[in-house]
Amino acid sequence: MDNSIFIVLIAMLGGAIRVSTPFMFVALGECLTEKSGRINLGLEGNLVLGAMVAYAISFHTGNPWIGVLAAGGSGLILGALHGYICKLPKVNDIAVGIAIMSFGTGVAFFFGKPYIQPSAPRLNSIPLGDWTGNASLAQALQVNPLFFVGILLAVLMSWAFANTRWGLIVRMTGDSAASARAMGVSVDLVRFIATTIGGMLAGIGGSFLSLYYPGSWNQGLSSGQGLMAVALVIFARWDPIRCIWAALLFGAAGAIGPSLQSVGITQGYYFFNAAPYILTLFIMIASARSKGAAREAPGELSITK
Amino acid sequence: MSAETAGSIPSTHTPNVRMLKFAEALFVPLVALLVSAVLFSLFLLIIGKSPVDFFSLVWTGGFGSSFSIQQSLQRSAPLILAGLAFAIPARIGLTIIGAEGALVLGGFAAAAIAIPLVTFGIPAPLTWLLMALIAMVTGGVWIGLAGWLRHYRGVNETISSLLLSYIAIAIMNFFVEGALRDPASANKPSTMPIGDAYRIGSIPGTDVHWGFAAGIVLAIALYILMSRTTFGFAARMTGGNVRAAQAQGLPVGLLIVSCCVIAGCCAGLAGFFEVAAIHGQANASLVAGYGFTGILIAFLARHNPLAVVPVAILFGAIAAAGGLVQRRMGMPDATVLVLQGIIFVVLLTSDTLYGRLKFFQPPVGGDRT
Amino acid sequence: MSQFNLSRRSLLKAGAAGLAAAALPMGYARAQSPIVLGAVYVGPRDDFGWNQAHSVAMEILKQVPGITVIEEENVPETDAVSQSMESMINLDGANLVLATSFGYYSPFVVELAKKYPEVQFRHAAPLWKEGDPTNAGSYFCYLNQGHYVNGVAAGLSSPTGKLGFVAAKPIPSVLSNINSFLLGARKSNPNATVQVIFTGEWSMPVREAEATNALVDAGCDVIGCHVDGPKVVVETAEGRGVKTCGHNASQAPLAPKGFITGAEYKWSTIYSMYADLLAKGEPLPNFVAGGFHNDMLQNTPYGAGATPEAIAAADAAITDLKTGKPIYVGPLKDNAGNVVIEGEMDNYDPVLDGMNYLLEGVIGSIT
Repeated sequence: MDNSIFIVLIAMLGGAIRVSTPFMFVALGECLTEKSGRINLGLEGNLVLGAMVAYAISFHTGNPWIGVLAAGGSGLILGALHGYICKLPKVNDIAVGIAIMSFGTGVAFFFGKPYIQPSAPRLNSIPLGDWTGNASLAQALQVNPLFFVGILLAVLMSWAFANTRWGLIVRMTGDSAASARAMGVSVDLVRFIATTIGGMLAGIGGSFLSLYYPGSWNQGLSSGQGLMAVALVIFARWDPIRCIWAALLFGAAGAIGPSLQSVGITQGYYFFNAAPYILTLFIMIASARSKGAAREAPGELSITK
Repeated sequence: MSAETAGSIPSTHTPNVRMLKFAEALFVPLVALLVSAVLFSLFLLIIGKSPVDFFSLVWTGGFGSSFSIQQSLQRSAPLILAGLAFAIPARIGLTIIGAEGALVLGGFAAAAIAIPLVTFGIPAPLTWLLMALIAMVTGGVWIGLAGWLRHYRGVNETISSLLLSYIAIAIMNFFVEGALRDPASANKPSTMPIGDAYRIGSIPGTDVHWGFAAGIVLAIALYILMSRTTFGFAARMTGGNVRAAQAQGLPVGLLIVSCCVIAGCCAGLAGFFEVAAIHGQANASLVAGYGFTGILIAFLARHNPLAVVPVAILFGAIAAAGGLVQRRMGMPDATVLVLQGIIFVVLLTSDTLYGRLKFFQPPVGGDRT
Repeated sequence: MSQFNLSRRSLLKAGAAGLAAAALPMGYARAQSPIVLGAVYVGPRDDFGWNQAHSVAMEILKQVPGITVIEEENVPETDAVSQSMESMINLDGANLVLATSFGYYSPFVVELAKKYPEVQFRHAAPLWKEGDPTNAGSYFCYLNQGHYVNGVAAGLSSPTGKLGFVAAKPIPSVLSNINSFLLGARKSNPNATVQVIFTGEWSMPVREAEATNALVDAGCDVIGCHVDGPKVVVETAEGRGVKTCGHNASQAPLAPKGFITGAEYKWSTIYSMYADLLAKGEPLPNFVAGGFHNDMLQNTPYGAGATPEAIAAADAAITDLKTGKPIYVGPLKDNAGNVVIEGEMDNYDPVLDGMNYLLEGVIGSIT
């Protein structure tokens, strides 16, 4: 039985490392966007389009890292589209996000048809666990460079929000457009840039899906991960570091279902497969009324009024 | 920001101003549809297909014959209810994206309660009534829970309703593939079928099931509730500014939970009709994405319950025409997704035109900001 | 008619021409009228899985003069499929509809068949039974025979005898594939076990990859699968350095080191037979069941993962299946210890269509 617990724990560790990266990138992108006072629910579209573009470009060029860049580019375009449209008065950012999600997935499915079957070059991972001498632990510690990029990015964002002029401008724009304007900041421009960069990050997150894990392109690839990652930002209370923890937690919880079955606990696997959602909900309920919850939300967000 | 736009026109406007507003509300979306058509034609030309063929097929498939029109209406039935499920909480300022879960769970509850009712031979109309009730209660509790958590526990309703939606689907799957599985439903695990005698048929003279009529009735009822009653006024006021509403002594918590319960009832009722009119049992096919389509429908209808109906019919028509386009032009299903995406983006962008077209503004000044 | 009832499983063996003639009203008797065939798919036609297998085979029908094929993809198993089929009939003049997903049959195909008695409906699952509309029918390939061959080869290619299986849902057609995989493996290695993980969804790539990893972590060294698109499972397993068996289409190029063999449909056999009958103006049979014996299945050419003994044994197993040698030979117990199969079961016995257990030797549970 101890052994079973060990297997499940290793699977959760591995799951956290393998599955979390796309959540991380989308959540960080959304965190930046929301910090500036706008919400982009459509990053699922960026994720799916990024996954398709990355796979296609990697297939044609033979270099997966060019695919990653292209995915970032495609996400950037969708993000800019969202950023530009929402600049117009009376346009609702949540609705435009959902529209862009539909547009992005539509375009990805349409142009992605020829890439479902072929095998494109994937990203390699760094073996960090070979010293352990345990095959499954070594496997769990196969880490893709994008995972570290995500963590670095979170640290960088967290530092920049607190310590740089740019960070201050973004936060101020998000908290009170009026005072930002009073300081001579172009609110629209800040939000446009934040949304565009946020979109780019989500596109890169998509490239991880198609080029590393699960490492394939098809229409069912994302199954709502982009939407969930946007929700994780609220869960993480607009803190880049907490976005990382949330993504890791979500990835680990996702590994519970399959690994419990592998050690013989098979009853009710539907609920174990829903574990990430159930867990997130309970943590939210438990922590919702904690002090400062309201203070951390950007004041301008239409979703948290 | 968004919720106050449509419904809160001060009643002091003269009839003339109302006419202008109405004309504007027709003109802007029509222009947007035209622009979408032009953009999509460009897309078609780039990939080497004929826009003329495309749009004539869309017309044939969506509205070209009485058969096509009935198809469009039938497809719109669950979408009307799902659209209402998003629009009502939106009026009070909530973004509930979990109607899918309430629909699935409501449909499942209806199918589950039907098993003993059908077994004991309870008359069909009474069975339907009980099924519809349990579906609405289940859906209402599910979305109401998101509203309750929002107001009394401070849990963001957007994320909780999304999470609840995934959990609802897991619950349905657990029972449908476990305790409540009909042993005869071999390769498609389902609950016991209610049987032909208990199926809700079509509206006489048509092929459209009764869910469509129910959707229209509810849309009208909810329009009256939200625009013509104290409840609706209080809800809209809360949506505009929660603190002001609280300062006025409005029972904000009750209002929020009520709007969520209403939304859940709409979604649950859609689930009931899926079971009673379409599937005859509950199974994984209840998870068809209607709840998510409903979000866009509500936005395009600017959260006006009456406007939800024509928008839902338009969606139904596009879906119906999509099949014809695939078959005649040999284009993949994703074509329709691209078209829908373009329409959404352009229609929502067109919101910015309201109040900016001189022709539709009252002659004396304007309330520019 | 009782004769018909008894032999419904062996229609094709007996030759389609003489069969079911009584069951068909007019329609094709008048032959020369053009045939419009509507095909409905549940997912994208190029999904590298179930739908693609059908779509590729459908090309054969497009070659037949006088037949127009119209296709619609991504049609969910809801009212949408009734709507699509009805639209094909009313707007395109379809007089033969091929509905290629399990969930299309009841209530959708059955109801439309009643509503449009002059249109022929054929559905890809063994669901048609006497009493159902006579203008409806079923065709099905029993892929579990292919998984049995996979198992035979896997049992001899696995050093440990611990096999893994990633499955979508615990429904009879999937369970039969798992059980056949086990029986095949036990034939060559009596101690072999099959550990199964259900993902709960037909297509959920991340969870499929997680399940594959979990099985490898649990010590399995050959992975089989039954999900819509096996690409993720096969590539993940190859990346972990274990061997794989395929499903639905050829995954051999995806796993150059560890691929053993795979179970593939040959829908083209059924569709060509339909095309021949239609061209001759003859009625289509109401029920067609197929496997290796009537060229409706094939196994993917062996990959580098198959040992020479495995290849020989798998080839022998195919020869056996062609002569009708049964896979399920009792007494067999399920993995809870109940005897579920007493004697020998014909490979096409309808009882097997209702399979709701995992055999002893399979690690896993269906609830």
